[in-house]
Formats: sequence, structure tokens, C-alpha cells
Amino acid sequence: MSREPLDDANHRRYWRANLKLMGLLLAIWFIVSFGFGILLAEPLNRIEFFGFKFGFWWAQQGSIYVFVALIFIYAAAMRRIDRQHGVSDDDGGAAKGGGVDDDRAGAD
Amino acid sequence: MDAQALTYLFIIGSFALYVGIAVRSRATSTGEFYVAGGGVHPVANGMATAADWMSAASFISMAGIIAFMGYDGAVYLMGWTGGYVLLALLLAPYLRKFGEFTVPDFIGARYYSNTARVVAVACLIVVSFTYVAGQMRGVGIVFSHFLNVDIIWGVAIGMAVVFFYAVLGGMKGITYTQVAQYCVLIFAYLVPAIFISLLITDIPIPQIGLGATVNDGSGLMVLEKLDRTLVDLGFGAYTDGSKAMIDIFAITLALMIGTAGLPHVIVRFFTVPKVSDARRSAGYALLFIALLYTTAPAVGAFARLNFIDTVQDAPYAEVAGWFKRWEDIGLIGWQDKNADGAIQYAPGAPFDGPPAFTGERGEQGQRVLANAPGASANEVYVDRDIMVLANPEIAALPGWVIALVAAGGLAAALSTAAGLLLVISTSVSHDLMKKTLARGLSDRQELRYARIAAATAIVVAGYLGINPPAFVAQVVAFAFGLAAASLFPAILLGIFSRRATKEGAIAGMLAGLVFTFAYIAYFKFVEPGRNNAEHWWFGISPEGIGALGAALNFATALIVSRFSPAVPAPVRALIAAIRVPAGVERPHDHP
Repeated sequence: MSREPLDDANHRRYWRANLKLMGLLLAIWFIVSFGFGILLAEPLNRIEFFGFKFGFWWAQQGSIYVFVALIFIYAAAMRRIDRQHGVSDDDGGAAKGGGVDDDRAGAD
Repeated sequence: MDAQALTYLFIIGSFALYVGIAVRSRATSTGEFYVAGGGVHPVANGMATAADWMSAASFISMAGIIAFMGYDGAVYLMGWTGGYVLLALLLAPYLRKFGEFTVPDFIGARYYSNTARVVAVACLIVVSFTYVAGQMRGVGIVFSHFLNVDIIWGVAIGMAVVFFYAVLGGMKGITYTQVAQYCVLIFAYLVPAIFISLLITDIPIPQIGLGATVNDGSGLMVLEKLDRTLVDLGFGAYTDGSKAMIDIFAITLALMIGTAGLPHVIVRFFTVPKVSDARRSAGYALLFIALLYTTAPAVGAFARLNFIDTVQDAPYAEVAGWFKRWEDIGLIGWQDKNADGAIQYAPGAPFDGPPAFTGERGEQGQRVLANAPGASANEVYVDRDIMVLANPEIAALPGWVIALVAAGGLAAALSTAAGLLLVISTSVSHDLMKKTLARGLSDRQELRYARIAAATAIVVAGYLGINPPAFVAQVVAFAFGLAAASLFPAILLGIFSRRATKEGAIAGMLAGLVFTFAYIAYFKFVEPGRNNAEHWWFGISPEGIGALGAALNFATALIVSRFSPAVPAPVRALIAAIRVPAGVERPHDHP
């Protein structure tokens, strides 16, 4: 059988777009938590931010707000990418390029 | 009505609500029992995930831990929220597309191997039982503190309630109960936090109050005052850490990937209708979690400030009533080392180990301790867990707020316990029985096995809650470390690498598991005396070693995969299929 949707050029483009978006968002995820909150916390603590030392604020408040935003941004951006490549799971939106087998049984 | 009567009212009322919801949504098929039929709205699933995730530890212990750790508490705040970004971007949507019932299901199918499935089941059971023992303990503690009920009875009542809605309702019952439990617990957390923020800063939003000016006329900011007070007493500043940066880094990373690898959280994303819903739902889940997690640091800082204000140099005879009430329960101890009749709070442990009360009263009326006084000037033993529970009393809030906190603590513990018990029972009935040992099971038989497994797991969890192993606090490191080092890398590679083979995954999981287990066991149990930075590898404590274990898992899996037979074609097609959202199915009942 071996009809592999990923060998289809459209699916490859879709996957690359996904990885690119993911890489960007994970870079931000890393910078705000491990970067601002930990590695750079000490120098940032010299800056005052609404009554907080800035590094401390990132570690105990700021990074969490950014995490929430990142997930919603990912969900919204992926919806658009899904539609652009015709692989959306919206009702009726999967008309083109769905072509995905349910191979679970075969893989068991 | 007094606080005690109100507490009874709130607890009985909330329990009746949970049971009522469970009766209305009982499961009739394996699809409903395992994944609520795959029809849960993303927002409802977000709330259920938040309740599932936020345990007795988040509700009761975390703010207290932060209060005493200061900046270092950030490892929990970032670690236990940042994991959701990994979950949402790297795992949840693809696992939803895969569309089966359990995490071992995915491992077994993706790695075309029942051995891999069984290894995953073993990881899942170790991780989940570690966790559930703590929840049952939390239930017992709330009952005994607020209602003077024996811990055993508290645990038994909690078991009975969980039994009722988890065994009857399965995932479907649990989901809608967790939605209610989220509402109870977040309300119970925010109300006292808002009161205390008003009390200290006149600002009703704790997240902003934490950065505001203290209203005592000193003109100092909250954190500024806290830093100064602590430094005056000889502590390090609140906003500076005491852990090494490498350790903070490793612990945060281990908690993040451990969170993303926890089966009872992952499985919640199997319950939404579509892939796009799984992504959105993770966003809602973290939003609901963040509401508590951004409040906790404020609660922690206010509590520490309040605590020092009340206690420092106060004559014992005149100290606030809550100090003596918690002393009566044994979570506060006072040893008048300099015999001045007043309480002195300072760095260092007041004495070795937990307080051992002799049963007698000293001349001030304090409970006499048998412990030999330590070298430090500190006279106060205080259990970190009381910070959230005692906060309403410390701030002299009305009785209904105290009752609310009790109901909230129970909601947090029960919702997490139910979620954990469900994944344990599912992995037994579905992965061990149906998929491995007794392949011919009908849907009805499998459902019966699921209910029996859930009932058994509840009894074991209850036993662990009543007779906690002495090391219960130590084993939390196990749950996250093992999830990080075993399950997360296997799932991630299963989705993102088309070359990862069955041999690679099994070798990787075992390497990560054995390494992490050995490292934690060595420093926690074999040589606890060597458990310090001098002996740790790269300065990474046992709490953070899961990060290294995960790296080892990845490396092993990738290397072994290079030298093992290629992934078979049907599995390559499976990988291709889970990478696109289109064509998602509702989970079907097995014929």
C-alpha cells in the first residue's frame, strides 16, 4: 500500500510551515523562561518594572502570561495554515487533500 | 453559624454536586469510559484539565513553598506551566489525531511492539501511583485540620466519593465533575488572595498587589519590604535565589518535560472532538491554570510578610490565636531557647527533624518539645503547608472564607486523584488485558475490567494515603523525573521522527528510566548524606535529573534506531496520518 501523504509536495510544505511556526514560538518560550527568568535574571533584576525586579517578575509572573499567549497564537496560526494547505479538520473544510488513511488497525 | 458548621455545609454541598453530576453522566461504553466519547467542548476540557492538573500540592503546598523559597520557587511556577506549551505544540494535537484511548496505545502502535506498550504501562503506573498517594494524603489532611476528623476517616470518605464517580462515570463522569471542581477550587483560592492583597496593599488584584506599595505608611514596595525584613533577620533576600543557576535550569526543564509527559494530563486531550480543538483546549487549560499560578507567588509573599509581622518578637502569651491552633495540630512548634518568653524567628532549622511533642505544656502554655535545640537562634518550626490553609486565619477573614478553602483543597485533591485513577485503570483494562493478555475481550467485558481496575486502584491509593511510605515527600521527584525521562521522549520521537524504531524507543525508555531512577534512589535513599552539590553530576540535584535522563533517552533512541531495521511501511503511513488534522475520527467502541 504505502500511500504516504507526506511525500505529497503539499503535505511537505504544510509540515515545514508547522515546524517553522513551532520553532519560532518555542524560541520565545525558551527566551522568556530560561532566558529572562533564569540565565539573565540577575542583570535584569537591576531594572525596576512596576514595583518588581524585572528578572524576578519574568520568573514568577511574566513567563506564565507569555506561555498562555503562545498556545493561543499557535492554535490560531495553525488553523490558518491548516486551511491554506487544505488539511483543516473543520466540517467541510477538509475537502481537499484530506486523503488520510486510518491506519491504526494496520499498525497494531 | 460557626466556621466548623459552615465547613461541613460547604464540603457536603460540594460532594453532593460532584456525585449528582456523576450520576447524570455515567458511562455506558468503553469509548465513554476512556475518553468521554471524544465529545467534550474545548473550554470544558480546559477547565477539566486545569482541575486534573492542579492537585493538593498546587492548592495547599505551592504558595507556602514559594513563601519560604523566594525567587527559587520560580522552578515550580515556570516548570508546571511551561510544560503546557510543549504539550500544546509538540504532543496534544498529534495524539488526538491518533485517536485511540491511552498513552501506551500510542507507544504500542507507533513502535509496532507490545513490549514497548508494556514498558509504557509500567512507566505510567509508577508515575501515577506516586502521585495519587499524595492526593489521598491531602484529602486526609484537610479533613483532620478543618473538621477534627481522623485522617483515616477523611481518606475513607474521599475514597468513597472518588469511587462513586470514577467507577460509575469513567472519563465522562470525571470530566464534568472536574469542571465543577475547577470552579470550586479557583474561587476558593482567589477569594482569600484578594482579601489579603487588599489588607496589605489596598489593591484587589494579587498579581498587581505583589508589585505595589505596602499600606503601612513605610512607603516600601511589598517585595522591597520583604527583602529588607528577611535580610535584617539574617535570611537571604526574597528576590535572590539560593540554588545554583544550573540546578534551577535543570529542575525547571525536568518539571516542564515531566508535565508534558504525564499520562493523566495527556489523555485529557483525547476527549475533544478535533485536532484544532486539542490545540485550543490546551490554551484554555493553561489560562485557567495561570489564574492560580500567577496568584500563588503573591499569596506566598504576603503570607511570609504576615507571618513575620505576627510572630517576630511577639511574646508567646500574646501571639495571635492561629499560631496556637496550628501548634495544637503539630504543624507549628516553638522552643524558647533564650527563655525570654517571646518568639524569635531566624534562619536555620530550630532543631533536627520534625517536632516531637512530649505532651506537656511549658510555663507559657506552649507544647513542650523533646527535640534537642539546634545551633541556630531560630525558635520556630513551621510546616510550609499551613501557609495557604492558615492564611484566612492569619488575615482574620470571616468563617465562610475558611470553609471555602477547605472545600477548595478537597476539590483540588479529588479531581487529580480521579484523573490519575482513571489512567491507571485504563492502562490495565485496555493495554494489559485487551491488547496484551486477553485479546478477545468484548466491549462489555473490557468495561467491567476497567471498573474493577479503578476500584482496586482506589483501594491501593487509599491505603497509601493512610499509611504513606516514609519517603512520600521525596518521591515527587520520581513522578516528574520518570515521566520526563521515559514517556516524553518516546512520544515526541514517535511523532517527529520517521526513523525512530521499536528497538530505539524501548532502549531509550529503559535507559532514561533506569538512569533517572538510579540517580534519585542513590541520593535520596542510599546515600542521603551525599545529597549536595559537591557530589551531584554537573551540580544537578535529584529533582532536576529528569532533564538529563530525557537527554539520555533521546540520544539512546536515535543511536539505536540507526542500527536497527527500518520502520515498517504501515507505521510510516500512521506517522504521516497523525501529522495532518484532516480526517480525525471520534474514538470508536471496539466491536
